[in-house]
Amino acid sequence: MSDTRVSLTVNGALVERSVEPRLLLSDFLRGELGLTGTHVGCEHGVCGACTVLLDGEAVRACLVFAVQTDGRDLRTVESLGTTDSLHPIQEAFREEHGLQCGFCTPGILMSVLPFLAENPSPTEDEIRHAIAGNLCRCTGYQNIVKAVRNAAAKLRDAAEEVDG
Amino acid sequence: MSGGGLWFGKGVLRNEDPKLLTGRALFVDDVRLDGMLHAAFVRSDLAHGEIVSVDTSDALQREGVLAVYTAEDLGAYWHEGPVLVPPPPIEGHTFNPATIVPLAKGRVRHVGEPIAVVVAENAYVAEDAAQDVWVEIEPLDVVSSTESALAEGSPVIHEHIGSNLAAHVVQRKGDYEAARSEAALVVSRRFVYDRGVSGSMENRGIVASWDPREEELTVWDTTQAPIPIRNGLARLLGLLESQVRVVAPFIGGGFGPKMMMFYPEEVLLPWISMQLGRPVKWIEDRQESFFATTMERDQVHEAEIAVASDGTILGVKDFFLHDTGAYDPYGLTVPINTQCTLLGPYRIDNYDSEFKAVFTNRTVVTPVRGAGRQQGVFVIERLLDIAARELGMDRVEIRRRNFLRPDEFPYDHEILFQDSAPLYYDSGDYAPALDKAVELIGYRDFIDREKARLLDEGRRVGLGIVTYVEGTGIGPYEGARVTVEPSGSVRVAMGVGSQGQGHFTAFAQVVAEQLGVDVSDVHVSTGDTRDFSWGTGTFASRGAVVAGSACHESALRVRKKVLELASEALEADEQDLELAGGMARVRGSDHGISLGELAVRANPLRGAVAPGTEPGLEATAYFGPQRGSTAFGVHAMIVEVDPETALIEIKRYVVVHDCGRIINPVIVEAQVHGGVAHGIGDAFYEQLHYDEDGQLMNASFMDYLLPTACEVPHMEVAHEETPSPLNPLGVKGVGEAGAIPVGALLAQAVEDALEGTGVEVLEMPLSPNRLFELIHGSGERSGGEG
Repeated sequence: MSDTRVSLTVNGALVERSVEPRLLLSDFLRGELGLTGTHVGCEHGVCGACTVLLDGEAVRACLVFAVQTDGRDLRTVESLGTTDSLHPIQEAFREEHGLQCGFCTPGILMSVLPFLAENPSPTEDEIRHAIAGNLCRCTGYQNIVKAVRNAAAKLRDAAEEVDG
Repeated sequence: MSGGGLWFGKGVLRNEDPKLLTGRALFVDDVRLDGMLHAAFVRSDLAHGEIVSVDTSDALQREGVLAVYTAEDLGAYWHEGPVLVPPPPIEGHTFNPATIVPLAKGRVRHVGEPIAVVVAENAYVAEDAAQDVWVEIEPLDVVSSTESALAEGSPVIHEHIGSNLAAHVVQRKGDYEAARSEAALVVSRRFVYDRGVSGSMENRGIVASWDPREEELTVWDTTQAPIPIRNGLARLLGLLESQVRVVAPFIGGGFGPKMMMFYPEEVLLPWISMQLGRPVKWIEDRQESFFATTMERDQVHEAEIAVASDGTILGVKDFFLHDTGAYDPYGLTVPINTQCTLLGPYRIDNYDSEFKAVFTNRTVVTPVRGAGRQQGVFVIERLLDIAARELGMDRVEIRRRNFLRPDEFPYDHEILFQDSAPLYYDSGDYAPALDKAVELIGYRDFIDREKARLLDEGRRVGLGIVTYVEGTGIGPYEGARVTVEPSGSVRVAMGVGSQGQGHFTAFAQVVAEQLGVDVSDVHVSTGDTRDFSWGTGTFASRGAVVAGSACHESALRVRKKVLELASEALEADEQDLELAGGMARVRGSDHGISLGELAVRANPLRGAVAPGTEPGLEATAYFGPQRGSTAFGVHAMIVEVDPETALIEIKRYVVVHDCGRIINPVIVEAQVHGGVAHGIGDAFYEQLHYDEDGQLMNASFMDYLLPTACEVPHMEVAHEETPSPLNPLGVKGVGEAGAIPVGALLAQAVEDALEGTGVEVLEMPLSPNRLFELIHGSGERSGGEG
């Protein structure tokens, strides 16, 4: 199989690589770019652990080939906060104990990010539907729901400060 | 314990979260080493058969393939694995061990059993090459169900045993037959519990790296038990234990199956790395995990309860078959848990319990969150429900009437538990928790008014309320080393790896409490044998109890050293000193010295350390409980059943839980949440479907349904705290609790919703399909006759 050249923006930086056409985006991120925050839980598009943002939309990196991302903009969990300075969504998950083993968490954060951008004041029901594409075995989702509500409030406050 | 309250009992933020939230935490699959190879396994497509030939030549020719190994290639390294948990010394028991092997030799006994392993430059090539390995298997007749295993003419899975009997155990107390003869009512039923997966979001994985210059082996493993894995690997490979380092880094959920030792992959990867002199990685994929990772819960019970006219339990008799799968490396832990947990929080003076564990051509069974307890709770709670109904008695009342009273503890059940110790309940006070649950769910109002009102609207809504105990925190022991560093930071090294339970925080709280430092200044290392090399692992809801107590003890010892040294430095009496804010200070003054400075003084470069003392502010302590501590809980739910579609909606879910003293209420509550969600999956969504050839029909998350945020309801959790007298912290375990009673609970609630239709729920799991059959199936009962 001959390799194919891809050029894309990953977390704001330009990345160019030659890859096998069959290489999954999840394996590209983890193996080629060392961005191991994106986790692989099922490799058939159900669990949502590998969710990343492709041109701002949440996609499952295990259902996308790396070559399909040519020329596009990709964001992974590594683009959010750092351990010293968490993103408001990450802070909210910490405050509400919205994670246990943390394996599904990056995918959930990347699902929640565009959801809250679209719906800044979601109801509990809307939150549950929004995260229903992400499986978590540890938390029973309750504190994730709380965390998303908390994150929404934090983001609204931040937006008001900017507007104000 | 002394001085509680500064950190102990507080819902502090978790130390581990920043790393996990930012994707910077190291999971096994994140380990990348120079020159690292990748392994893929060739697994049996058949459930039972004789291997005729394995042809690896095509695979070896594929570019990028370095090696392919079959059982023959392992030579003297091919060993049958150990019996992980030897059976308790129960009189007259039979146990026929058949432990797993690294690669199948001669015969395959379940779909997914590894036959060969391919090693290649990358995972894609390894998987391609695994497809190139040609395996010819002569099929044998298959034992595809628990009940057929001992039937006349059944194929025999392990020829050296001669039948499919893995174990036979009888435990009795009192005289059941005599009790039965005095009973006002005897209820007999047949109960079935089926199989599900643990479903941790991270599959298993291993990276092994042999360094020929250092002569050291490093293994990153998704194990719940890094230290026993280290010890076992050293023995298998002929290395010193000090030459092997096993790291269980962040683990993406455990729930039991990651406790299994040894999986074939765990035995093989280190050996391969030593053979090839390069690091090698294997990461299980999801489909593979449905066949290769252990699972649980098939049992079939024939049980009866004898009760007096006032509902007093006179005795219980139970016979059950337990499916252990193709091998039985985990001994009797699961069925003995069932046998013991069936007794619940009740006084059952006459108990006659017998089980046979059987081999089937299915994936191996080892504990999964609850570990046999679900089945026991299902049986006793269902029997009580039916007895109450037939006596015309309130179901809460029949439970309350049979509870052990607080003055009866410690209570001796006169049978042996899984850890070979007698089944003693250390402490308990059950009625207040039941009262609280009755109150929170609005029991009286619901059954007196609300249910009928809803029924008038044509809605089928029912309530369930059940109780259970969980034996937690068993031995043998765990340890911890606490060190104050010159920076003032505190290091805690211990051996119980974390799979998300908050070890980096809860144990830090226990230590911070004694040393007067901030929890965020306590750095816990857990799961790396280089940092701490004595211990067993994270299982049986024992981390907080056993390892937590060891942390507490070593923190007390360090505290003593700190106070002695500070007393000298500050020229003050020890009893006038307090530890707070990282300082030792004369109470009520500014006169103090930091822990960091004391650590420096405790490790001088010149001068003399007094005879009989040790340098540094460091101590190691161990804790081994005499026996497990028994936690308790009450779950209640209100559920609506749509009789047309047989879909359910859980309207309310209440938990009142008693796990003794609580180190961190936020973590405890969340453990319960996760357990309940797992239990809901087990009860209504998750079931492994095998056909008569032993083929699993739903080996993906498309077909095997883990509950999502839309299925799991909001849970209301309340606590009671009955301290355990068996450890200095007074804690009991909680990790498995939430999952245990959900099947029994859903069964009662659904029956209540369908009252008058004759539906009796005697099996788990249900599903919309199965419930539909029960509702519309001409009254035919799922599990035998009444």
